[in-house]
Amino acid sequence: MTTTNLTTPTGVTSIDLTDDGFFVEPSLWTEAMVVELAAREGVDTMADDHWKVVRFMRNEYLTKGTGPSVRALGKASGVSVKDLYLLFPKGPAKVAARIAGIPKPKGCI
Amino acid sequence: MSDTTTAVTSRPSVDAPAPITKVSIIISKGSLEGIYPGLIMANGARAEGMEANLFFTFFGLDAIHAKRIEHIKVATVGNPAMHIPTLLGGLPGMSALATHMMTKKMDDLDIPPISEFLEMISDTGAGIYACKASVDMFDLDKDDLIPQVDDIITVGEFYEMAAGGQIIFT
Repeated sequence: MTTTNLTTPTGVTSIDLTDDGFFVEPSLWTEAMVVELAAREGVDTMADDHWKVVRFMRNEYLTKGTGPSVRALGKASGVSVKDLYLLFPKGPAKVAARIAGIPKPKGCI
Repeated sequence: MSDTTTAVTSRPSVDAPAPITKVSIIISKGSLEGIYPGLIMANGARAEGMEANLFFTFFGLDAIHAKRIEHIKVATVGNPAMHIPTLLGGLPGMSALATHMMTKKMDDLDIPPISEFLEMISDTGAGIYACKASVDMFDLDKDDLIPQVDDIITVGEFYEMAAGGQIIFT
């Protein structure tokens, strides 16, 4: 685990991340952290579709207790699998989960 | 909670082995159980942000054959893990029955049918290739294959494409 300082418009927050970069405590996440979290994942501009995916991931986690896989994202988020990989080339579900401050989604498909 | 504090995120930790960045997965069998593992591994590799290419060779070609793709079956003979006597497994309809049961179970788990899975894998940006020797052996050409097939390639081209990554044979 690592502790990192996130700079948001409202100040600096210290956050614990797992070794592979996911929030240890998802309740500490706020939307104000998104731009910096995204930049760390190589997403320099959060376009509307990025936001759509990140908010969808967050809501799925809050209602179901786990984030969706890429297949579930493609079926339910309103963004196609092809576009998901254009938005997040390094793995849509995994990268969007880091940006959304939720644990790594489980599931093999 | 932690006694390690760093100013910047550094992951994975310094002691972690180098991550896999690229996989080339060969599918050589034409049964349901011979095809799915390679598809799941390719899809999973892309989900992890790795580069992934799928190569279909010998009877694995059935998985990308436009007409045969909808008729892939579980092998019920010569498969001790089916837990039915070999002679029973050879009865007419046994393979269809086992296939029906397994595809039903997979559908419940939201594992897509092979054709849909290949469309999705293609959409993830993974490459889908057919082995030239096998295509020639079965008297096929590109028109016999599903549109997601990127190319028909030789073994030499396969190795060039696989360079720098891991090769997985299934």
